[in-house]
Amino acid sequence: MATLTASQDTKGRYLPAFERAWREGVNEPAWLRTTRRAAAAEFDRAGFPTTRDEAWRFTNVAPITQTPWGEAPIAELSAEDVARFIIPGLDGPVMVFVNGRYARALSIACGPVAGLTMTTMADAIGRDGAILAPHLARHADVSGRAFTALNTALFEDGALIAIADNAIIEPAIQVVFLSVPAPVPAAIHPRVFVLLGRNGQARMIETFAGIGPANGFTNAVTEVVAGDGAVFDHYRLQREADPAFHVGHTHFHLGRSSAVSSHAIALGGRIARHDAVAVLGGEGAECTLNGLYIAGGNRLIDNHTEIDHAVPHGTSREVYKGILAGHARGVFNGRIRVRPNAQKTDAKQTNKTLLLSDEAQVNTTPQLEILANDVRCTHGATVGQLSEEALFYLRARGIGLDEARRLLVTAFAADVTSRIRLEPVRAELDRLLTAGLPLPPEEGARA
Amino acid sequence: MNEANHIMLEVSNLRARVGGKDILKGIDLVVKAGEVHAIMGPNGSGKSTLAGVLAGRGEYEVTGGSVRYQGGDLLGLDPEVRAREGVFLAFQYPVEIPGVNNAYFLRAALNAVRRHRGEPEIDAVAFMALARARMTLLDMDPALMNRPVNDGFSGGEKKRNEIFQMAVLEPRLAILDETDSGLDIDALKVVADGVNALRSADRSMIVVTHYQRLLNYIVPDFVHVLSDGRIVRSGGRELALELEERGYGWIEPAVQDA
Repeated sequence: MATLTASQDTKGRYLPAFERAWREGVNEPAWLRTTRRAAAAEFDRAGFPTTRDEAWRFTNVAPITQTPWGEAPIAELSAEDVARFIIPGLDGPVMVFVNGRYARALSIACGPVAGLTMTTMADAIGRDGAILAPHLARHADVSGRAFTALNTALFEDGALIAIADNAIIEPAIQVVFLSVPAPVPAAIHPRVFVLLGRNGQARMIETFAGIGPANGFTNAVTEVVAGDGAVFDHYRLQREADPAFHVGHTHFHLGRSSAVSSHAIALGGRIARHDAVAVLGGEGAECTLNGLYIAGGNRLIDNHTEIDHAVPHGTSREVYKGILAGHARGVFNGRIRVRPNAQKTDAKQTNKTLLLSDEAQVNTTPQLEILANDVRCTHGATVGQLSEEALFYLRARGIGLDEARRLLVTAFAADVTSRIRLEPVRAELDRLLTAGLPLPPEEGARA
Repeated sequence: MNEANHIMLEVSNLRARVGGKDILKGIDLVVKAGEVHAIMGPNGSGKSTLAGVLAGRGEYEVTGGSVRYQGGDLLGLDPEVRAREGVFLAFQYPVEIPGVNNAYFLRAALNAVRRHRGEPEIDAVAFMALARARMTLLDMDPALMNRPVNDGFSGGEKKRNEIFQMAVLEPRLAILDETDSGLDIDALKVVADGVNALRSADRSMIVVTHYQRLLNYIVPDFVHVLSDGRIVRSGGRELALELEERGYGWIEPAVQDA
């Protein structure tokens, strides 16, 4: 062979990891070994994306792919360390993972809940094949998705959550993935699988967060399969540390007359990419994909969403809002696909971005592929700045410039936050926004 | 503060421009405590610019002159500080702010004013009681308190909301910028009643209007006619009636002659 391309070179780094995982996984069930081998092969075939790939045109992941990520070390944390990443007032079970490993001592079991199975992925692999085998990695497609393939080939732990038919799980479930700084920056590949049986209902919060200047790479994949008539509210809180990298892929599969709502909140990370994919696979399904992303400094937040109306009578609603300051960059790509027979589809997509500085920028791309003829699909994108007129109005009533800006930015975010039905999550988010809005420091100094 | 006849506002040779164009070309105006002054004039004469400069609107560049407010320099203050010191502008076009709750906004404003005065902040319960009392004054639907600021309000509701805010914030100097525009006669009466209820010996008002009509209900102590950036006539209430009868046409040639 002549010279290796950068991509081949970097992907080659993962060969030893694949080989080790293969050796260590000798006791894994055959279906999983097959799946992992296929994923590793797909990773090897596709390689990491570059900005020449359409789906990564605005997001250069070289800082991720060129880092020789180490093994995540075992880290001990106290309950105090993790308390601020657990949303109070939910009274539900909490699974905490530190550097990708389940931390039993930090997790909160709240006794058995009828109809709820909640276990670590590590335990589930050998034990819950009946649940996992038909679904795991069957939905979050690895083809052309190098990061998803990497996760599928290498994941060691995560969570399995299964809701029995007709079970209504009242307490909201939290799964928290924490990273701590490591001497050698490390990669973790958390894997979550959620199965809602027929008419099952549940609410779940996934939190990805870094403690201190956590400098690792989190490559997360979550699959959600909502059975016929199921109702699922999903909240994804990405609060990685500023130096961290985050790539996430959340895949929802909606059965007949199911209702899934997803709220993806991205607040951290140096480069953070999230793909939310929803397949409306049963008639009459209702899907809500909402998102809020906030970045300052030199950070990059990329949200790709894909809603696939595969059958008739589906409804989807999508509102993504971005707030960008400093030299931050945002990317939004919203694809809505309406397949030829998916008549009576009703899809609506909105993406709005607020730029708080002249240097911040966003690339927003709606992609509507409508192959049916009796549908209603709308989309709209706006990019704007804080209204000078509104700022003056607030100031003319005595409200200081900083507070006026904060009010208006929070109001901009309210389109998304006010749609969060779970009050403690909304309150937590309001608190995070109040504390962490990337308002220009020179304005802060003036107050 | 309660001293009779103390000077609230003293505008001297005020000049201002916007977008490189001179709009105010030397305004002189003295407003004493308790007085109501009407500023009239044709479109483009500088009425709204004067109101905006006094409130601290950013796009106006003051190029000369001075404004003293309660004895201190006004023009050097940020708009929020002017507001906290008791200057209130009722906007000609109240701004819609989706996502900001009217009650939250107004309580934040009131507390900013109270902190500035060294007074304790008002809690939500006490505020709502105060707000309800003031809304009665303006014959406003209490449900508007829980709506976003001006969002989806009718023209009349927006103007009432301005005067309602004024009733809650209790300014020393209220500047009403074409508060009558777009109001039907019933709404005009309600707004005027609200304004009149707020007239007091230690509060001054500047009522900017194009039409005499409002002054039938808010009876001014003085009327000034603004034309091409200058006050060209000052007088009592009768001046407004004369303008109503004769229009602005007879004023402008006088300026040309001057």
